[in-house]
Amino acid sequence: MNCEECNQRPATIHLTQMFNGKKEETHLCEHCAAKKGAMLFNTDEFSIPNLLGSFLGYQVNPSGAKGAQTAANICSSCGSCFADITKTGKLGCADCYNTFVQELEPTLRRIHGNSQHIGKIPARGGGKVLIKKQIEKLKEQLQEAVGGEKYELAAEIRDSIKNMEKELG
Amino acid sequence: MKKDLFNNTYVGWMEQGPESNIVISSRVRLARNLQNMPFPQRLHEKTGLEIINLIKKAWQADDKFLLKDMDWLGFDQLSELDRTILMEKHLVSPGHAQSSKSYNGLLVNHDGSISIMINEEDHLRIQCLLPGLQVQECLQQANEVDDILEERLDIAFDEQRGYLTSCPTNVGTGMRASVMLHLPAIAITGQLNQLVHHINQLGMIVRGIYGEGSEATGNFFQLSNQITLGQMEHDIGSNLVAMTRQIVQQEQILRDNLNRHMRIQIEDRVGRAYGVLTNARMITSNEALTHLSDLRLGVDLGIIEDISLSVLNELMVAIRPAHLQRIAGSQMDALSRDVNRAKVIKEILQSGHNSVQTADE
Ligand SMILES: [Zn+2]
Ligand SMILES: [Zn+2]
Ligand SMILES: [Zn+2]
Repeated sequence: MNCEECNQRPATIHLTQMFNGKKEETHLCEHCAAKKGAMLFNTDEFSIPNLLGSFLGYQVNPSGAKGAQTAANICSSCGSCFADITKTGKLGCADCYNTFVQELEPTLRRIHGNSQHIGKIPARGGGKVLIKKQIEKLKEQLQEAVGGEKYELAAEIRDSIKNMEKELG
Repeated sequence: MKKDLFNNTYVGWMEQGPESNIVISSRVRLARNLQNMPFPQRLHEKTGLEIINLIKKAWQADDKFLLKDMDWLGFDQLSELDRTILMEKHLVSPGHAQSSKSYNGLLVNHDGSISIMINEEDHLRIQCLLPGLQVQECLQQANEVDDILEERLDIAFDEQRGYLTSCPTNVGTGMRASVMLHLPAIAITGQLNQLVHHINQLGMIVRGIYGEGSEATGNFFQLSNQITLGQMEHDIGSNLVAMTRQIVQQEQILRDNLNRHMRIQIEDRVGRAYGVLTNARMITSNEALTHLSDLRLGVDLGIIEDISLSVLNELMVAIRPAHLQRIAGSQMDALSRDVNRAKVIKEILQSGHNSVQTADE
């Protein structure tokens, strides 16, 4: 297979991207891939951010008026505007995820699908999340206890749930 | 210890490990950020140094060996050559190696198996790098380091999105797992493109590791996960291991076939590679890697007996520009680099180990 870009050299780099929920494949030679910034050989990290930058760019531009509006929106924590993020493919701070939630949404979906995090939760930063997960688990156990007519156990579980909910505030 | 890291070529991943005739090394990297701090891209020196202090405190407060064994390297204290040497050993990324900012740095243990890049693309990039196929072991160690640091640092995390990273491609687990593979038989038999295509479709990424912008990369590849959100860390690891095992099996079958049906041709190829590597007066990096690839295959098939795989691993790093320059003790033009490369290869191959002394010792 030859490179889609120059049609001269053999395609050695094959990129698969999620595009509007569909898989899109790009086949490039190393030369053109490097030029496109799609994937630089000899670098230790993926250069997807470059590519991402251009993805994000598409988001703003098609609807001109809307684009101008979002560009004026600035993250109050770090001072990034969406154009900054588009340029670099990187967010300015953790709060940018909330500030630009609408702008980022299609991109995040393209990269990761509709997924939610199910992995590790930090012991401190994730404190509330951890408690919420524990409460969910306890509620399941409560159902089971009630179903099995183990009322003493159910009462105990109910108390722990109450305590944990207090902790959450 | 710091001195060893810069003056010697050897680091831990160059040892032999499980499946190390095909899998050179495994790596897991976790991206983490502190709450309420701009990501490194938008850092100014003051906040950058504040972050370093917080991380250093968390590191020093712990008395577990894992962290105690580490040294702090501030990048404003290191020469560009030293930083590039760390990069060539795969302990820091190329981007990070280019920075001499006071708030960039590295925590690294004695054999380079655990390193933490500070203020690279994210505030923390915890890396565990081990020889052979040991992805889950890498994950376990990286996780341990992460647990210890998280006890004292407030990490940016969101219930739905997981760990918040500077680049949305890493959000979720913040985990990138990868293996470095040597696939000469798959390459020789022309099955590489097909394999790469296959892997991409399964949501993983393959890329070369020693390309230097040309085709001949010595058949060394890096395979890693693409998706970081919506999967458990352990599952990301086992998916990568499963895929790697399939590739290893395929490569092994092809090597066996080559060995059985084309032994003379392979012996010829390996012998020629050895001849060039031990006799060349000058050699480019790409030519060297191509022949080293053949030599590696020759060692695995028992054609070459007195060279170990770990010496070959070491050679792959020893022939890179910064390591050559460290040995030569001075800046070099392309020609003298090629001359020095040939010299280093010859010495290491003939002594069976890396005995090359650095210029300043
Ligand atoms: Zn091309
Ligand atoms: Zn922000
Ligand atoms: Zn990134």
